Amino acid sequence: MARAVTRNARIGWTIAAWAVALLIFFPILYTIITSLKSEQEAIAGFDLIPSFTLESYQTVQSQNNYWRPFMNSVILSVGSTLLALVVAIPAAWAMAFSPTKRTKDILMWMLSTKMMPAVAVLVPIYLIFLRTGLMDTRIGLTILLMLINLPIVVWMLYTYFREIPGEILEAARMDGASLRDEILYVLTPMAIPGIASTLLLNIILAWNEAFWTIQLTTTKAAPLSAFIASFSSPQGLFWAKLSAASVMAIAPILVLGWFSQKQLVRGLTFGAVK
Amino acid sequence: MATRQTQGLARLMRAPAIILLFVWMIVPLCMTLYYSFLNYNMLNPGMTSWAGWFNYQYFYTDPAFLESIRNTLVLVLGVLFITVVGGTFIAMLIDKPIWGQGIVRILVISPFFVMPPVAALIWKNMIMHPSYGVLADVARFFGVQPVDWFAQYPLTSIILIVAWQWLPFATLILLTSLQSLDTEQMEAAEMDGAPAYSRFFYLVLPHMARAITVVILIQTIFLLGIYAEILVTTNGGPGTASTNLTFLIYRAARLNFDIGGAAAGGIIAVILANLVAIFLMRAVGRNLD
Repeated sequence: MARAVTRNARIGWTIAAWAVALLIFFPILYTIITSLKSEQEAIAGFDLIPSFTLESYQTVQSQNNYWRPFMNSVILSVGSTLLALVVAIPAAWAMAFSPTKRTKDILMWMLSTKMMPAVAVLVPIYLIFLRTGLMDTRIGLTILLMLINLPIVVWMLYTYFREIPGEILEAARMDGASLRDEILYVLTPMAIPGIASTLLLNIILAWNEAFWTIQLTTTKAAPLSAFIASFSSPQGLFWAKLSAASVMAIAPILVLGWFSQKQLVRGLTFGAVK
Repeated sequence: MATRQTQGLARLMRAPAIILLFVWMIVPLCMTLYYSFLNYNMLNPGMTSWAGWFNYQYFYTDPAFLESIRNTLVLVLGVLFITVVGGTFIAMLIDKPIWGQGIVRILVISPFFVMPPVAALIWKNMIMHPSYGVLADVARFFGVQPVDWFAQYPLTSIILIVAWQWLPFATLILLTSLQSLDTEQMEAAEMDGAPAYSRFFYLVLPHMARAITVVILIQTIFLLGIYAEILVTTNGGPGTASTNLTFLIYRAARLNFDIGGAAAGGIIAVILANLVAIFLMRAVGRNLD
């Protein structure tokens, strides 16, 4: 910025911005702090300095069988995203590189499927899952999460693929590259960053999904979102343990999320804001 | 240069995604429509019969239905107001030349990555709990009676939680838009002596109009489906004071086992969402060309 900013103004803005940021982050911060307290400390009133005990983490992992829902979350989010990529990469590729008159309509229609409220199809999906034995299975939920995120995956990939310049393809063709060479050596390397971004954002979305996971699981296939929701009744878990379970559920995705700020804007606005 | 061969290949590559999404969209929706005309209770599956419009009459004349529509609107509008106004100001603040901008950004967007049940439980227990929450500690510090948030202001409490979750999204998108603002134009306006508020209303706000529209429309789609936050905090209560349409349909289907009634409720949820969707599709579609 060419404009000179006075030092005082800069200090003022910095203090204001940090104050707002810390206020917004505070609930997460306080949960992390509480997770490092003992149960007595946790309910003893406001205190920002914990005794740094890992007691609660140990209890949650041993008593509540934490690893099963954790593994379910990993399997469901990664599995559904990979499955969606397998279906979406060819589709987005075709639409970006051999568009037809109807490509735009198809994309808009795909987007429209994302607008359908989940609760509107709760009854049929619930009954289908009950009758086909898919209830509380990882495979059923993986397929469902794949279908839910498929429109976003196709859209994100499409906007990334479309940025690959067509001239490069023509140049490769002029140099005598076959279709196979073109795809393998020209397009794929350029498409990888877009695919990686799409993968990242959709793992986050699938990890945090909390309507279908609660409706369609009980114990066996329940991921963390359903597992944590079962703590809504006060018995069984206390403040420090609840905090520890919460921190473990959000930590991996929080870190992934920090790396995906840009993709988030693009993915969730369907390319309308870049 | 598309040859016939590549066109055929392209069709083949598109087909799986299109077929999957078509089946996913059309089959459950048709089933919902079908069930909405049945007397079908899971507690009594043998007694299933044709109901005509009964489910619709029954569901739509239930006083809980009107209240759920009202709650849905209050929830959506309340969250939109907080996130759009708050997001605009926070985005402008982060866009200023500040120290540690990267870390500030990370802190501000973090709530978006907290899964809904965790966000709700954190607020319910750590922040808003009438005896152990931070707000209760603050109230006691000032010698005021702590507020029992979820009993006294159930819907407001849920609005606060959901606004906290979506504030990062609004901020991030508005910030992205703000950063594409032409700084030369701003400097020119400043040199011509335009005061800060007129620069905001005549330059910044018009530039962000599109991003604000996108934020409102996308959030509305998601906010119409708020569920987990209600489930783990108030469970729709007290009474139906914090029951939105999604939660009402969930209760009909899963707690009352009333398949027909829940399906009839689902149909109006589709209609509501479609009204919003039409506007969103226009906004996004314009950007495609």
